[in-house]
Amino acid sequence: MDRRGFIRAMGAAAAVTWLPLPAGAAPLRGYERLLVLIELKGGNDGLNTVIPYTDAEYYRLRPGIAIPANQVLQLDGQTGLNPELLPLMELWRSGELALVQNVGYPRPNLSHFRSIEIWETAAGSSEYLDAGWLTRTFAASPLQPGTAADGVVVGGAELGPLAGVTSRAVTLVDPEQFLRQSRLAVPGGPAATNASLAHVLRVEQTVTDAASRLRADRVFATPFPAGGFGNAVRTAAQVAASGAGVPVIKLVLNGFDTHVGQVARQARLLKELADGLVALKSAFTELGLWDSTLVMTYAEFGRRPRQNQSGGTDHGTASVHMVTGGRVRGGLYGAAPDLTRLDSAGNVQHAVDFRALYATVLERWWGMDAAGILRGRYAPLDLIRA
Amino acid sequence: MKLLITVLLMSVWVTAAAVAAPLGPDDARHLLNRAGLGASIAEVDTYSRLTRAQATERLLVVRGGVAPEPGWVEEPHVSPGRLRTLDAEARARLQAERAERGFELREWWLRQMLVTPDPLRERMTLFWHNHFVSGMQKVQSPQMMYRQNVLLREHALGNFRELLHAVARDPAMVRYLDSALNRKGQPNENFARELMELFTLGEGNYTEQDVKEVARAFTGWSIDAPTGEFVFRAAQHDDGPKTVLGRQGNFGGDDVLDILLDRPETATFIAEKLWREFVSPKPAPAEVARIAAALRGSGYDIRAALRVLFNSDAFYAPAHRGVLVKSPVDLVVGTLRQFEFVVPDELPFVLAMGQFGQVLFAPPNVKGWPGGELWINATTLLRRKQLLDTLFQERMAAGPVRMGMVAAATPAATRQARARQAMAQVRFDGEIWLSRTNGVPLERVVLAVAPVHTAGSGSGGMNYLRELVLDPAYQLK
Repeated sequence: MDRRGFIRAMGAAAAVTWLPLPAGAAPLRGYERLLVLIELKGGNDGLNTVIPYTDAEYYRLRPGIAIPANQVLQLDGQTGLNPELLPLMELWRSGELALVQNVGYPRPNLSHFRSIEIWETAAGSSEYLDAGWLTRTFAASPLQPGTAADGVVVGGAELGPLAGVTSRAVTLVDPEQFLRQSRLAVPGGPAATNASLAHVLRVEQTVTDAASRLRADRVFATPFPAGGFGNAVRTAAQVAASGAGVPVIKLVLNGFDTHVGQVARQARLLKELADGLVALKSAFTELGLWDSTLVMTYAEFGRRPRQNQSGGTDHGTASVHMVTGGRVRGGLYGAAPDLTRLDSAGNVQHAVDFRALYATVLERWWGMDAAGILRGRYAPLDLIRA
Repeated sequence: MKLLITVLLMSVWVTAAAVAAPLGPDDARHLLNRAGLGASIAEVDTYSRLTRAQATERLLVVRGGVAPEPGWVEEPHVSPGRLRTLDAEARARLQAERAERGFELREWWLRQMLVTPDPLRERMTLFWHNHFVSGMQKVQSPQMMYRQNVLLREHALGNFRELLHAVARDPAMVRYLDSALNRKGQPNENFARELMELFTLGEGNYTEQDVKEVARAFTGWSIDAPTGEFVFRAAQHDDGPKTVLGRQGNFGGDDVLDILLDRPETATFIAEKLWREFVSPKPAPAEVARIAAALRGSGYDIRAALRVLFNSDAFYAPAHRGVLVKSPVDLVVGTLRQFEFVVPDELPFVLAMGQFGQVLFAPPNVKGWPGGELWINATTLLRRKQLLDTLFQERMAAGPVRMGMVAAATPAATRQARARQAMAQVRFDGEIWLSRTNGVPLERVVLAVAPVHTAGSGSGGMNYLRELVLDPAYQLK
């Protein structure tokens, strides 16, 4: 009966307990620590990202698109990286790259639209929630007054995990354009007793707060890769450099829906991702923020283990996700997908619930209790160093 | 006591006077913004001379007339079976064609909203689209989505019982909620659950066991693959005994619909949704009960419910003015209709509504657009204001802007180029429009509540008009 809780952000504003951070913790704590989310839009193929290169079943299911064992970048005796991710090997060797394998959720939905909604609202498979998981977080435990925004979404239109009535997030394609447009927002005005008007006024204020505190004039020594994602990383670095106290930056890399001709398309995207991550680390290191930055990828789903007739893959379920940052304990987490135990649609069964990644952010990174926000207890992963 | 009686008598007298008197321009505008899709000065003028009851009846009459539909709507549908036989290239072509037709469908409906003589029927068509949700993402057939839209319009101001029975066998719905996968011995509960939770009773008024039993009753409701028409497959139907909401019988799907319609919760659920659509986000139980009683008492005549609603004091109460957030349709269609913009091509407005979060024929999920305050966040607010800023710029009154056709690589880029060009041809003659306001203070003509910012108040003219449409209050109705 309570399959769906029609909770709104305010309804989720359960009291949050701040947990003490372990001794010797970084000087920056709570929301002073930055979360950078990277959405791999379309559903990245995890099996060709982190490759079970000794698994005969992998090669049997993907005769045309498997990455040959002699090309993978070996991480251990069974697991290798897609060769396009070569720039990430430095992060791997320095122990700052965690690869969480087989992340998904029970009763997976294979629609892009619905599944990303499930991820971004941290909902159950047939549960519909109005507010993103980060919006619920900030409703439960608000930021310091005067912060420019709860979050900044770079390069995408949807607020995703930052959506919801109480959202104080902004999106920007490029900062100059945002600053130009923001002149259309007018702050202030008398307090409104009309709840809808009060909401509009609060959003006007959100825009002007962000516009007054975000800057775009920092000069970096870091070279940013050409192209959309490189520009997004540059914008993320500008937002971080503004010192505006924004705790979440979300980036989008689009194009992972590789139904056709996957190998070349995914290669280009993974290279873009890897080059962008390297630039991100470099720029945030310049700012002295790499140790207080956690970068995490997510996507609506992974892809079908068996290749399709078009040299691509169809919608799947669980996939691998990357977590990196100056305090990340690198290594492999989760479990390699078991290709001999596929579900009735031919998809892998998940090993790690995606909400465990969120619990990791909430509990281990920001030091707050996650159960109320995630509407359940998910054991965090032990991938952040004290 | 005497005083109380006097006060009561006076309030009855005031109410009766308000009911019998002409609406006047402010109430007429309120009615046409809420029940219609925004109105020109001339329409407001016409309604302002009518009493509440007369105005309501005028809105409830259907004059008919539909904008010309796209040419392909009667083309045979492409069955999933045939789709599987296509090679990758042909399949990609079909997908691209479907995407293009999705846009054509949206342009068509938007045109219909702009030109319709029956704005209440269009609003109710949209209301039912957001109630009996189906979406292109899953239905994957522009023809089916078109036919569902025609069905919703046909019953928009008709009878909810007939509408419910028709929607349950509508091919787009059958596909959207997996009815075709619901077979004897292999039930799929998707339709059964949403039928009770979202279409009739509302959450909390049925059990999980009811969901299972209702799913059994609908087994065999399917689509004939070659034609795309509804078909009942007796061999897949579970005709055994079922217990639904305490009643027992060898029920089929239509029996279940009638059982659901017999429950008072269904009328209350619909009435409350109408209240939220037309009056306020906060339901007033006594008012909702009156609307529900009219719906139920009339055998689910939708007009009967709306008649009670639009004749009520609550609908016109000052406390309920400006408390609804304009949906993207309200903002776009309302603005274009109220100011009588000349729109040669709907595409830029279809794209704008998508940017504001409302892609017609593609609601986000089976619950539909949640709406209300969720329409407005930092991104959508800036985009809304950007559009208004563009529409009310000086150049809208100037001659056509010449632009070369932009060679574009992708369908999306081609659409963007066409939209930019079309936007440059949108016309609004501000001076003429202003001259017709006849000295009525502009903020009363443009806003449902007082402006938040009053810098240019009283100055009149195009600059003040621009200020008013960019005021936070313009986002409300």
